[in-house]
Amino acid sequence: MERIAIVGVGQTKYEARKRGEIFYDMVYEVTDKAMKDAGFTLGDIDNVITVSNDFWDGRTISCMAVQEVAGAHDKNVSTVEGDGSFGAFYGAMRVLGGFGTTLVVAHSKGSEGDSKVITNAMFDPIYHRPLGLDAISSSALQANVYMERSGVTEEEFAHVSVKNHANAKNNPYAQLPMELTVDDVMRSKRIADPLRLLDCSPVSDGAAAIIIANEERAGKALKPPIWIKGVAHCSDAYFLGDRDLGDPRSLRDASQRAYAMAGVSDPLHEIDIVELYDAFSYMEPLWLEGMGFCDAGQGGKMVERGITTVDGELPVNPSGGVLSAHPVLVAGLARIIEVTLQLRSEASARQIDGAKTGLAHGINGPCGQSHCVWILGKE
Amino acid sequence: MTNWFEDVAELTHKGQIKVPYTWSVGEVGSRFLVALRDQKRILGNRCGQCRTVFVPPRNRCGKCFGEIHEWIELGDEGIVTAHTIVRYNHPIQPTPTPFAYAIVKLDGADVGFIHIIKEDLGRLKNGVRVKARFSESRRGHILDIDSFTII
Repeated sequence: MERIAIVGVGQTKYEARKRGEIFYDMVYEVTDKAMKDAGFTLGDIDNVITVSNDFWDGRTISCMAVQEVAGAHDKNVSTVEGDGSFGAFYGAMRVLGGFGTTLVVAHSKGSEGDSKVITNAMFDPIYHRPLGLDAISSSALQANVYMERSGVTEEEFAHVSVKNHANAKNNPYAQLPMELTVDDVMRSKRIADPLRLLDCSPVSDGAAAIIIANEERAGKALKPPIWIKGVAHCSDAYFLGDRDLGDPRSLRDASQRAYAMAGVSDPLHEIDIVELYDAFSYMEPLWLEGMGFCDAGQGGKMVERGITTVDGELPVNPSGGVLSAHPVLVAGLARIIEVTLQLRSEASARQIDGAKTGLAHGINGPCGQSHCVWILGKE
Repeated sequence: MTNWFEDVAELTHKGQIKVPYTWSVGEVGSRFLVALRDQKRILGNRCGQCRTVFVPPRNRCGKCFGEIHEWIELGDEGIVTAHTIVRYNHPIQPTPTPFAYAIVKLDGADVGFIHIIKEDLGRLKNGVRVKARFSESRRGHILDIDSFTII
């Protein structure tokens, strides 16, 4: 693949309710931040990808309302309705397709709608929506299958929540920095078995933007480029009953393709940091299995043994992860931004020393129907 | 960002998007729902190419793109392969909590069928056999199956 890189990043602080900023303000804030980070001005942005969702925004063709603050005035602009990691994938394709630079910007305000009504609406209106399924209850089914299959325990899930909320204390962008114990998580309110309140990500508001550039234009950026070494996505069946919820095979496929592109043959030893989409605590070990960092069924042990702490062999979600801030659509882009900051050695108190290669991950659809895997590198 | 709301009253605007839809259920869906309504039977169908038996039925196999013509009458019983007991209430839910969602492998089907279980939740675990309980008044709707009961 032609060398392309991330040359600018910007994100808002993620908050439960952004009273002061409307979509327009948030998109402007992160677009401006990403351009300044790259040392670019509006004229250096060749095309724009916006990421938004009409249900979350409460507006049809929600992309149209933020184009001008995304720097897209008089430019080629296109849209992805899905997680920001997929928007970034499209952005990368556009750079490979001939644009010198692409700005990708995602926004959402979970606080303004009703997350249960909106996530219920992702299900089939004839067969599944009338049952009342939503993101939480469908994920609880997946957690149940995963536990049954692998023997992973609720305490191991709780370790993920403890670790990620503690990591968030070092991330000024995170919404929920918390000092928790496994007992705190285990004693938190039951939501949908086996998930408890502290196993679930919060509802969040926020926005994020990145600029992707080809090699020539990356050379003109202010900061060292973070190279896109490999990227792939893959999707599983839509109906949950058609899938094996305990086996994230679409993640396995996407990971293997991204590793092959990046020349990674031993991910556990070649990847220094992982930022993955932990909308619920159980997702971290399950996705680690899908990514091939351990054998199927061993993800819980990896977490419990401390391998995934900031001091461990494979730091996972040093930002605090999605458990500590879940702006839907933005969250996958935030994973890419965190890996970029880590590889630039700009992650301040949460910096993983010597990080050279990182993995960022996003999901789309119920229970990780679709996965997008990014391998980023300093060199 | 500045706390501008210290200088001017902070307004919010309430609204709701309420759009009536009339979704076509399609041929196989109509056959499936009519069989629930009129005969209290659960129909699946089998891919002619990879032999997967689907429920709800499909008009095309998503796995292999094979054509599907063969109808199968499935049992009204099956085995729970996944479950969760829901503890929070929301108007989208069809019944008061606690109730459970379950993925049921119906006898004769190759894929799971998602529905709800309302009673006897203390006995619910993966592997238990359950049976469809049909509603008294049926209207060609997924909730013509009221729920599944643990045998």
